[in-house]
Amino acid sequence: MPKLKSILDLENLRKEILSKIDPKKPCITICSGTGCQATGCEKVSDAFQEELKKQKLEEKVNIRKTGCHGFCEKGPIVVIYPDEICYLQVKPKDVPDIISQTIKEGKLIDYLLYIDPTTKEKIIHESEIPFYKNQKRLIFGNNRKIDPKSIEDYIALNGYSALAKALFNLTPEKVLEEVKEANLRGCGGGGFPTGRKWETTRNAPGEPKYVIVNCDEGDPGAYMDRSLMEGNPHSVLEGLIIGAYAIGSHEGFIYVRQEYPLAVENTEIAIQQAKDYGFIGENILGSGFNFMIKIHRGASAFVSGESSALMSAIEGKVGEPKSKYIHTAVKGLWDKPTCLNNVETWANVPFIINNGADWFKSMGTEGSKGTKIFSLVGKVNNTGLVEVPMGMTLREIIYNIGGGIPNNKKFKAVQTGGPSGGCIPEKFLDFPVDFDALSKLGSMMGSGGMIVMDEDTCMVDVAKYFTNFLADESCGKCIPCREGLKHMLRILNDITAGKGTEEDINRLEELAEVICDASLCALGQTAPNPVLSTLKYFRDEYEAHLKGVCPAKVCKELITYYIDPEKCQACGLCAKNCPTDAIYGEKKMVHVIDKEKCIKCGICFEICPDKFNAVSKISGDVIPLDVPKGTKIKPQKR
Amino acid sequence: MRMKTITLEIDGKEVKAEEGMTVLQSAKNAGIEIPTLCYHEKLEPYGACRFCLVEVTKGKKTRLVASCCYPVEEGLVVKTSTKRIIKNRKVLLELILPIAPTGAHKSLAEKYGVKESRFPLEPGEEPSYCTLCGLCVHYCDKIKKWNAVGFQGRGIDRKIVLMSGIGDQCIDCRECYDICDAGKFITLAEEF
Repeated sequence: MPKLKSILDLENLRKEILSKIDPKKPCITICSGTGCQATGCEKVSDAFQEELKKQKLEEKVNIRKTGCHGFCEKGPIVVIYPDEICYLQVKPKDVPDIISQTIKEGKLIDYLLYIDPTTKEKIIHESEIPFYKNQKRLIFGNNRKIDPKSIEDYIALNGYSALAKALFNLTPEKVLEEVKEANLRGCGGGGFPTGRKWETTRNAPGEPKYVIVNCDEGDPGAYMDRSLMEGNPHSVLEGLIIGAYAIGSHEGFIYVRQEYPLAVENTEIAIQQAKDYGFIGENILGSGFNFMIKIHRGASAFVSGESSALMSAIEGKVGEPKSKYIHTAVKGLWDKPTCLNNVETWANVPFIINNGADWFKSMGTEGSKGTKIFSLVGKVNNTGLVEVPMGMTLREIIYNIGGGIPNNKKFKAVQTGGPSGGCIPEKFLDFPVDFDALSKLGSMMGSGGMIVMDEDTCMVDVAKYFTNFLADESCGKCIPCREGLKHMLRILNDITAGKGTEEDINRLEELAEVICDASLCALGQTAPNPVLSTLKYFRDEYEAHLKGVCPAKVCKELITYYIDPEKCQACGLCAKNCPTDAIYGEKKMVHVIDKEKCIKCGICFEICPDKFNAVSKISGDVIPLDVPKGTKIKPQKR
Repeated sequence: MRMKTITLEIDGKEVKAEEGMTVLQSAKNAGIEIPTLCYHEKLEPYGACRFCLVEVTKGKKTRLVASCCYPVEEGLVVKTSTKRIIKNRKVLLELILPIAPTGAHKSLAEKYGVKESRFPLEPGEEPSYCTLCGLCVHYCDKIKKWNAVGFQGRGIDRKIVLMSGIGDQCIDCRECYDICDAGKFITLAEEF
């Protein structure tokens, strides 16, 4: 491919690519994001290739391995164009049927279609599945349409047109103005106005200036940056190059965690392609603007997502935050002005440049514009990545898109904002989701993690889980975060073990205040949020633990397993599966748990057949005395 | 080139400072004492102990900052010992006294009336005699250029170690002994 040397070259290439696309030719797209990789999409695509070869259809049907579609729970996802027929949880053995029936004869395969759990209706088209229908897929939308390893796929969808527009029709100042006017805010957690950050770096004294993509996503359960970087890397590159042009930077870095091998691979390919086509390098598209990008592979520390720590890591030092009162936008990488934005933030830029600030501002709320990608996980029917306009309510996200709570359980809380976010109770479900509303509730937008919890979740245990994560990920540099979190965790361990006192809750609150106040970086300053928000909304659960009761029956030390002699039918399943041989029982005799031997793993509770339902968890109530060994069961009528 | 003079207010007192100075330096010059553990005149500020926290007000915005790192600004209003600051320092003292029972922070604890910590060691846990202030690490690196002392581990596992291959050859200098007042180097040296 000869380098594109002008805007005309780019438009001609686009026309050429489009002219080769036959919209009527069937195209089988297979989601190849990390979620579907885990459920076996590679084998499915191999099977498609083999089957097409076998049936001599290679020339007549295209195959495309796309970026993540987001409905990871139902992977591997296969969508067949031009009719957009969506098959879910496809296995290699389904492939011959798909080819011979759907591709050749246009027939649908019913058992691979999505069935709406409420209406029981079969849904054919991907975009009509409620999970997708209620989203607004802007940044994430092209993931399912392109092969992330193909720059031509991206160009076909108007890719790099925003860059061309910026370089040839807009001055750097105008690009900056447009982003400022759009009121784009940092999607990585802080929500800082992106345009203002760009302007600070642009106006800061010192050369060279750097731009950085932050793809050090480390929140448990969150993978939106990963899926974007893996699924549509050129959109991030295009945003970055436009940003560099506006800021006056000629060198950029993409910080990707090493544990995201597919993101690293696809980004490397994308950078090479962009160089080959002339979107990166000297004299981009003949505009006179030069820009180079390097990849830095991060070594997995959560704290390295903090801007000053990330920059230390790129400099080759330990990724630890610095006590900075001069913004990295002014004095960052190698003490030079550096603009760092999250993956999703950069990916917004081409859309703003192409469609204008007014269009962007038409989506969202007063203070938060555009869309946000969330990783919706936990106790929710449809887990996956969702993109919605800012301001959608939590209820709409959890119920309309997420399909509500499984097994008719009751909703208890939703944890937003990653480990340093907070838990939001049911009474705020109708709150709009934007930067300011979530902060007001004691949580935050963070990078967009959203973990749904049902009635079986113990909120003290949740606070303990996140505090443990943060204590583990604290770099240990400053005293409040290192020592404070250590003691918070110890106190939470005591409380969940039933050894807590009223004084412990006071100590927790006091530590939380000091850690927020005195910690060096944002990790520490926000680390008490899980504890503070659960104390604020679920204090009764803490108080119950002080009395030795875990209301959700989660905390091992506070629960006892008991077999109801009235219900036990001596099926023996529990005794057979108990890992510590703690269950005694014989044929037709009531089974009994030896509390000395029981490790409270819960296997007996899970395995006892629903029709008997004889095993129960008890916390706080009086534990009935065990029946003597050899008590006969009371056979139930069936 | 002459440095620009900046006027700020610390604890109600008008203080003149040179541009580029930190709040801590200007307070020291004005005879206002701010406690520190990880600060050393010869070294770059590290900002880890958080004892030098002060309240700064700029316009309508007040926040807590580490004075060892915060640069002086024209018209800045600084308070070095408000209730909130004292409370933070007291809890910080409670957090480090059990692990580092000796050192300069002990007299600070006396000054603030912190006698016992509500955050004691766990059964079986030994004091480390180290607040991880990093003075030894940075002194050995920047002043002695030896790099014989370093940090190891992350978070609660973080500790000071003598670097293998260098640490055991440097016993003659011992300047880190003087710089460390929590007693860590006595115990480290015993290991060798």
